[in-house]
Amino acid sequence: MSQDQAKPAPFRLAPVLRSIDPAIATAFACIVALLLVGSLYSSNFLSADYLLQQIQVGSFLAMAATGMMIVVLLGQIDLSVPWVMTVGAMMSTAAAGWGPVGSWCAIPIGILCGMLFGLVNGIGVAYLRVPSMIFTLGTNAVAQGLMIMRTGGAAPQDMATAAMRTLATGRVVADIPNALWIWMLIGVSTVFLLRRTTFGRSVYAIGNSERAAYLSGSRTRRITVLAFVMSGALSAFGGVLLAGYSTKAYQGMGDPYLLPAIAAVVLGGTSILGGRGTYLGTVAGVILITLLQSILSIMQIDESIRQIVYGLTIILMLLLYGRSAILRT
Amino acid sequence: MDAPVPLFAMTGISKRYGGVKALDKASLALHAGRIHALLGENGAGKSTLIKIMSGVVQPDEGSLEFDGRAVRFPAPAAANDAGIVCIFQELSLIPDLSVADNIFIAMPPRRFGLIDRKTQRRMAEEWLALAGAEDVHPLAPVKDLPLSRRQMVEIAKALARRPRILILDEATSALTAADVGKILAVLKRLRSEGLALLYISHRMQEIEELADDCTIFRNGCNVASYPAGTKSHGEVVELMIGREYSHVFPPKPPPVQAATPPILEARGLTWTNRLRDISLAVRPGEIVGLGGLDGQGQRELLLALFGVLRGVTGEIRIEGSPVAIGGPSAAKAARIGMALIPEDRKTEGLMLPMSVRDNLSFAALGGLSTGGFIDRTAEARAVDEMLRLLAIKTEGIDVPVATLSGGNQQKVVIAKWLMMAPRIILLNDPTRGIDVGTKQEIYQLLRQLADRGVAILFYSTDYDELIGCCERVLVLYDGRIGRELAGNELTERALVGSALNIATDTEEAGYAPAIGA
Amino acid sequence: MSDWRYRVAEHRSTLLAALVFVAMFAIYVGNHSAGFSANVVQTAANKGVLLAFLAIAQTFVVLTSGIDLSVGAMFILTNCLASWIVVGSAAMTALGVAGVLLAGLVCGAVNGAIVIFGRLQPIVATIASGAVYFGIALALRPNPGGDVSSDLADMLTGQLWGGIPASLVVLFAVILAIWLPFRRSSLGRAVYAVGSSEVAAYMSGVATRRAKFAAYTLSGLFAAMGGLMLTFFTYSGEASSANAATYTLNSIAAVVLGGVSLFGGTGSAVGAIFGALIFRTINDLLFVFDLDPLWQPLFLGIVLLISVCIGSVRLLRIRNRLDLFG
Repeated sequence: MSQDQAKPAPFRLAPVLRSIDPAIATAFACIVALLLVGSLYSSNFLSADYLLQQIQVGSFLAMAATGMMIVVLLGQIDLSVPWVMTVGAMMSTAAAGWGPVGSWCAIPIGILCGMLFGLVNGIGVAYLRVPSMIFTLGTNAVAQGLMIMRTGGAAPQDMATAAMRTLATGRVVADIPNALWIWMLIGVSTVFLLRRTTFGRSVYAIGNSERAAYLSGSRTRRITVLAFVMSGALSAFGGVLLAGYSTKAYQGMGDPYLLPAIAAVVLGGTSILGGRGTYLGTVAGVILITLLQSILSIMQIDESIRQIVYGLTIILMLLLYGRSAILRT
Repeated sequence: MDAPVPLFAMTGISKRYGGVKALDKASLALHAGRIHALLGENGAGKSTLIKIMSGVVQPDEGSLEFDGRAVRFPAPAAANDAGIVCIFQELSLIPDLSVADNIFIAMPPRRFGLIDRKTQRRMAEEWLALAGAEDVHPLAPVKDLPLSRRQMVEIAKALARRPRILILDEATSALTAADVGKILAVLKRLRSEGLALLYISHRMQEIEELADDCTIFRNGCNVASYPAGTKSHGEVVELMIGREYSHVFPPKPPPVQAATPPILEARGLTWTNRLRDISLAVRPGEIVGLGGLDGQGQRELLLALFGVLRGVTGEIRIEGSPVAIGGPSAAKAARIGMALIPEDRKTEGLMLPMSVRDNLSFAALGGLSTGGFIDRTAEARAVDEMLRLLAIKTEGIDVPVATLSGGNQQKVVIAKWLMMAPRIILLNDPTRGIDVGTKQEIYQLLRQLADRGVAILFYSTDYDELIGCCERVLVLYDGRIGRELAGNELTERALVGSALNIATDTEEAGYAPAIGA
Repeated sequence: MSDWRYRVAEHRSTLLAALVFVAMFAIYVGNHSAGFSANVVQTAANKGVLLAFLAIAQTFVVLTSGIDLSVGAMFILTNCLASWIVVGSAAMTALGVAGVLLAGLVCGAVNGAIVIFGRLQPIVATIASGAVYFGIALALRPNPGGDVSSDLADMLTGQLWGGIPASLVVLFAVILAIWLPFRRSSLGRAVYAVGSSEVAAYMSGVATRRAKFAAYTLSGLFAAMGGLMLTFFTYSGEASSANAATYTLNSIAAVVLGGVSLFGGTGSAVGAIFGALIFRTINDLLFVFDLDPLWQPLFLGIVLLISVCIGSVRLLRIRNRLDLFG
């Protein structure tokens, strides 16, 4: 406990820390441990510049994980993250091809398309009552189909706009990556949204018992739709940033983000069954996953070993603190 | 009491949950061929005791003896094998499996190592008949059965295990009077066959009819054991609540003027085949009861008024003008101001893992926030006020509401609705499974609310409660209002008679309830 | 006679899936240039059987209301393993097959152990274990290659007397030898009980841990059978992450199409097989109707989305809104 309070944490949010969760404390302890392990492999692992660079990369994952967390709090899951990210990236770069107006509103268009998929997800889950695990899988397939259809025949413009590149890679204020500023902004808004608004309270309530929330006069279906729309928007925005970072949009660019997003949310102590979890935990989860991936990439080892170590580490960390209570009535 | 060696004995049993002591050096002895009644308020430790007996939880200290030998039950299966079978308050049936599968879930009849479904079906039929549930088809999935049938299946399942000790924890709470009669007969037969029975119920009549011995629990230990029939009701209740048993029900004020316009009015409410042409009116300051046997449409009526049911025909009027209520969110809006205290506090009333604060303020959150942003100071103030008003016992407002005792949880459910200052309160059996002390507080509270001009529609399965609290009682039978009882007509005899739809005294045929406006 | 009503109701979802498949397959062969020939059936069967094995694997875990996101990885791992050890003399080959199946069992058992004794949520636990299994597959086959006993492969992927596809016979035999006894055993019933209500099952004295462990282990076994069949079709092993992901997700889709509830406790492996066959036939239908290949993924997605929404019709019948929340 003392260990992780002493370490420099840029995400110290007073209201969240008041009730520090042992899961989050352990997550931060794991981060410290990873930093130590990383420093053994590379002397500049602990340099501010390298860490900022990692967080910059991690902020794309953070967007997807933030949306995922809101949906997971409801007791649902969003498996459409990968292709909604790709949709966000491809549609914004495509918009950039429509001339100056297009490139000006490229980012909003990308996010809007993500929201549209989120809306479909929300309607399917909240109104049609299809389990989110299968419905979002379906929308993911549709998003993929649409993108393949679009890019297969013709070759639409796929280069990121200058604005997208600046957002993802620039350092405009205080030599801190813009992506990190964006993450902080989104993070603070999410904390506020979850803790201080009726929407946030309802999300937790629905995650615990939708029946009780409904009978208390909460408009549970609307809240669910809204949560999925947010998840869609955040995933698409993550895709926009990713396109800015890699200067172009391409098929399958969101694929490596689904499982890490879920893992980050869960490693952050959010219950996959809904109703319990804090955003600080998700921040810790994203940093954990990002550092783990970065260490594995600087260790000069075979891809197969990397996969094995990655999986084992996640299991190990979950066993440390992610265990559910013993069945008791 | 003076039987030589008890069949089963527990001594010095203690159990803690976190900081709360559920049992403190409690003891209990059961004898073969006797029915032992366990009495006590909710939270007195009865449930924990039987969970220890049946291997669901482990005691922190103390010993268990079965047939004079020390035993340990690490899991329910171990207790079952030893011959201890418990019928739990929360049902232990598996919804997706058939009745027969459920009855033989642990020890199915086998052929060649596989389950012999034919034999199983036949045996299930026999056990169902023995439990008095011949009307249940052994192949029906449990999830399709109504609650009362499920309870009967639960009893058949327990019998099929041929127990030596049978524990019934509020096993009759969901049953109709006719079913209770059948069950009591079965239990008496089992007693004559030499079983030891442990019977837990809040219904005094059943205990009087059945019990040979009684033990009273309070605050986690046994405070008295005595042969049945040697203590008066008053003494028993005093032992249970540990204080003077005074008037349970607050005095009734003079009836509300018939000329007062009703605030809530229903005309010809009809829904599927469960509600038929229901008309009623509730005036401000009135507590109107809903009576009748369980399952005659009372719950559906409350849900229909609250806008939960689809396809309801008829008209609902608030202060004389017709309204369309599309759901709870519309019902709680200021122009209607309706609240519903639901049937099951654990799944419908509360978000158990969430804090007392979050639960209390959830229904009234709209009024405590501006533009969707919660005003934390206003929230804290409102929560504090409710804690004081209802005297809710909790370690703090940030602990999960699940850590509270049953009675206090129910108070939270009521308080969360009072916070939005409703004008109409619908209550769906709010005192079921609640201890006497809390019941009394709830009655007082209802009266206070009525005195302040709130209109209350109150469904209860307890006739005493209806007689003690209500000015008028509408007795439902098969989805209709069979009779309205008011003033001196409101007696247990009349309630039971009209619940069974039989004439007890002078009454006109085709009785129509009076409508105020 | 009313027993029949209950028996039919119990298998309604499976029967429905079977009917839908038969209808779709009839349309397919009706429009196929070769018509209803042994070769058409064989090709269709061989494509369908792979997903069918994975759908069965997924069914076991889904019945316990869990989910196994590592079935694809186990499938690929056993494929890579088979491409090493299922070679040589008849005895060697038999030993190899046993080894591959054992590997699947072990992977499944590890999943079960993590979920039960580690008390981790299945969805995350199997994501992580899937990464490990895929890593091992990659270590076994950094590059596609290897070999498999061609006698056995040809036998199991070819045709039997009268043109019956051998792969279908294998599937049928496995159902007869493993699924049906499982369904009738107390273990099988325990699996259904755990998925329907774990608390009630525990209170009733059901060995809940053993049931879950068995479900995960059997899931691994069936994934390994799928991996073996894949090796017999391709004569090689390939650690393809795309295949692992696609098969995992498709197995969930197949299970749902086959009427197995993701909430656990209802459905059957037979239904899941038909679900898998339906899923494959959608692809084939697109082929016979000459749809632009670029449209195929979109069409598949839309069909999947619509078919999972069909069940929502029941919502129209709900009269008490509380029933919406299950």
